[in-house]
Amino acid sequence: MAEATPLRLRDDEPCMEPAVTLDAFAEQTNAVAVRIEPGGDARELLPHLERLARVDIAFPAFTDGRGYSAARILREAGFAGELRAVGDVLVDQLAYMRRCGFDAFAPDAPIDRADAEAAFARFPQVYQSAADARTPIWALRHGRAE
Amino acid sequence: MYAYDHYDQAMVDARVAEFRDQCERRLAGKLTEDQFKPLRLMNGLYLQLHAYMLRVAIPYGTLNAPQMRALADIAEKYDRGYGHFTTRQNIQYNWIKLEDAPDILADLAKVEMHAIQTSGNCIRNISSDHFAGAAADEVADPRPYAELLRQWSSFHPEFSYLPRKFKICVIASESDRAAMRLHDIGIRIVERDGALGAQFYVGGGMGRTPMIAPLIRDFVPLDQLVTYSEACLRVYNRYGRRDNKYKARIKILVHELGAEEYTRQVEEEFAHLLDQGVEPPLAELERIKGYFADPAFDAADVEPDRSDPDFAVWLDHNTHAHKIPGYVSAIVSLKPVGGIPGDATAEQMRVLAELAQEYSFDELRVMHTQNVVLPHVAKADLQAVWQRLNEAGMGTPNADLMGDIIACPGLDYCSLANARSIPIAQRISERFAANGKEAALGELKLKISGCINACGHHHTGHIGILGVDRKGTENYQLLLGGSEAEDTSLAKITGPGFDEHGIVDAVETAADVYLREREHGERFLDTYRRIGMAPFKEALYG
Repeated sequence: MAEATPLRLRDDEPCMEPAVTLDAFAEQTNAVAVRIEPGGDARELLPHLERLARVDIAFPAFTDGRGYSAARILREAGFAGELRAVGDVLVDQLAYMRRCGFDAFAPDAPIDRADAEAAFARFPQVYQSAADARTPIWALRHGRAE
Repeated sequence: MYAYDHYDQAMVDARVAEFRDQCERRLAGKLTEDQFKPLRLMNGLYLQLHAYMLRVAIPYGTLNAPQMRALADIAEKYDRGYGHFTTRQNIQYNWIKLEDAPDILADLAKVEMHAIQTSGNCIRNISSDHFAGAAADEVADPRPYAELLRQWSSFHPEFSYLPRKFKICVIASESDRAAMRLHDIGIRIVERDGALGAQFYVGGGMGRTPMIAPLIRDFVPLDQLVTYSEACLRVYNRYGRRDNKYKARIKILVHELGAEEYTRQVEEEFAHLLDQGVEPPLAELERIKGYFADPAFDAADVEPDRSDPDFAVWLDHNTHAHKIPGYVSAIVSLKPVGGIPGDATAEQMRVLAELAQEYSFDELRVMHTQNVVLPHVAKADLQAVWQRLNEAGMGTPNADLMGDIIACPGLDYCSLANARSIPIAQRISERFAANGKEAALGELKLKISGCINACGHHHTGHIGILGVDRKGTENYQLLLGGSEAEDTSLAKITGPGFDEHGIVDAVETAADVYLREREHGERFLDTYRRIGMAPFKEALYG
């Protein structure tokens, strides 16, 4: 299974706990990993971010972009654990996912690490502020360092 | 006009390299068509009936002479010697080979152009008033705001897989020359107590369910434009319908939630995003504004010599008042009698480039009506410009008249179409040139779509025509009373449809009702609004 060897951009030990659904999470106060489906509201997790080690965000189809918003919302709220994109995750979407705060990827079909690195390095700069640490072009133009 | 700095250039160059790699992987079979499709669409590449179509972005419809020449070169090198200007101020080429597409994008990048996000379920090219920076009635040039939003929306990581396409329009006058309220987001720059800000209209659109966007915020300060846009998009990305592509546009979300509830959600998201640092500083807007400073207007205010009656007619119909008395904006008609609306040959594009350089401070605009504007022409130069346009077949004096028809590509090109649009436009144009009624009819906006997706804006035609398929035969419905201008309204269907000959007669019948019923000074639309549908129905079906 691809999920067994996710592509990770983190140095810490991966949390191996199975993810519970958003609904189940409300009942199971000891769960440390949760999975959000495209229709799920990431904001339901905001009171519990401290005890979460990992959030899996499901992409049943790569064309369904709700998971990008879910990821950013969690990062904007300060979530520092692993944010894993799971499912129909393809190399051509990786860079946007990373910008929205994903730092782990469990694609249905494996992605070559070198291809992933090339995708992350493709664009020299970015036009917007998002959930990653990259400095947007507008800030570079007005004196902020990269 | 805006010029790329090294950041902008590097981004566009990177995009060309990325798409070249994606095309190679597709051609090598490493990407399935399903995986490739959204990627090629976000680079403007559609698969049509006969070939690929490439849609090139012309941000807010503004381009310079070298860019127009590059478009001409592409038409000759990669297509059949012509291009087609669209209702969203872009240009598309209809006969493109997939393997040429990366080279075309590379050619475009050399003149600071691209095809980024001209298709696909993402934020599309941003449109604007074709008289921006020239019109006497604007409170500001809307294009710097459009450029700010262009950069924000380019490669947006959160909003590149939206439920459906997303179109933004920015204007800055009470007059609406850009169908602003028929966009997913329509922004009008306004002045309140000496400060500029933005009205946000959200949830308009045409397509199979036309809607006029409601105003959701009357004043967004200029240093919150990006943040507010981001809030509008996030609510849509999270809650827009994805179960049915025909109900996936933001207009359906706004309609189903109600404007009030949608607004409440946006305001909540906006309050949250204000702390997230997504807004560029006002200094960035000022930097962009610097590129849109007025050129050195210094022509004397001399009235042109109207002794040539043909020239006088063109002056009356195809020029628009300029904020500087010695100048006008000149409308170049791409609607010759019997021609294909919006088509221009490479040779014509080069003439436009020359005229822009000689007479309009190196600027051209594409109109949503599929014509081109020379925005800043000295009145003293008008006759020379008109003569050159005439020689090139672009001097038809029909702006906003019956012959100035908007038409989608229709079944001649488009795989979605149910009926042909272009031949209907050609026959109507010929009919009204021959019967001599065009001048008497005055302003009359005719818009033709070849299917309910409404690319030809038939919902907002004073007269609209919708092509449908009826038991395997092309059938044309007639609509009356639409407007895309500041008096926005949606046209209504008159009744049963017509065949391809009958629809031309029906248009003439409707025009005759107007000529019979009009009171002094009324346009077709005004008469329709006063007398209603009944007299037209009576004449058409009675």
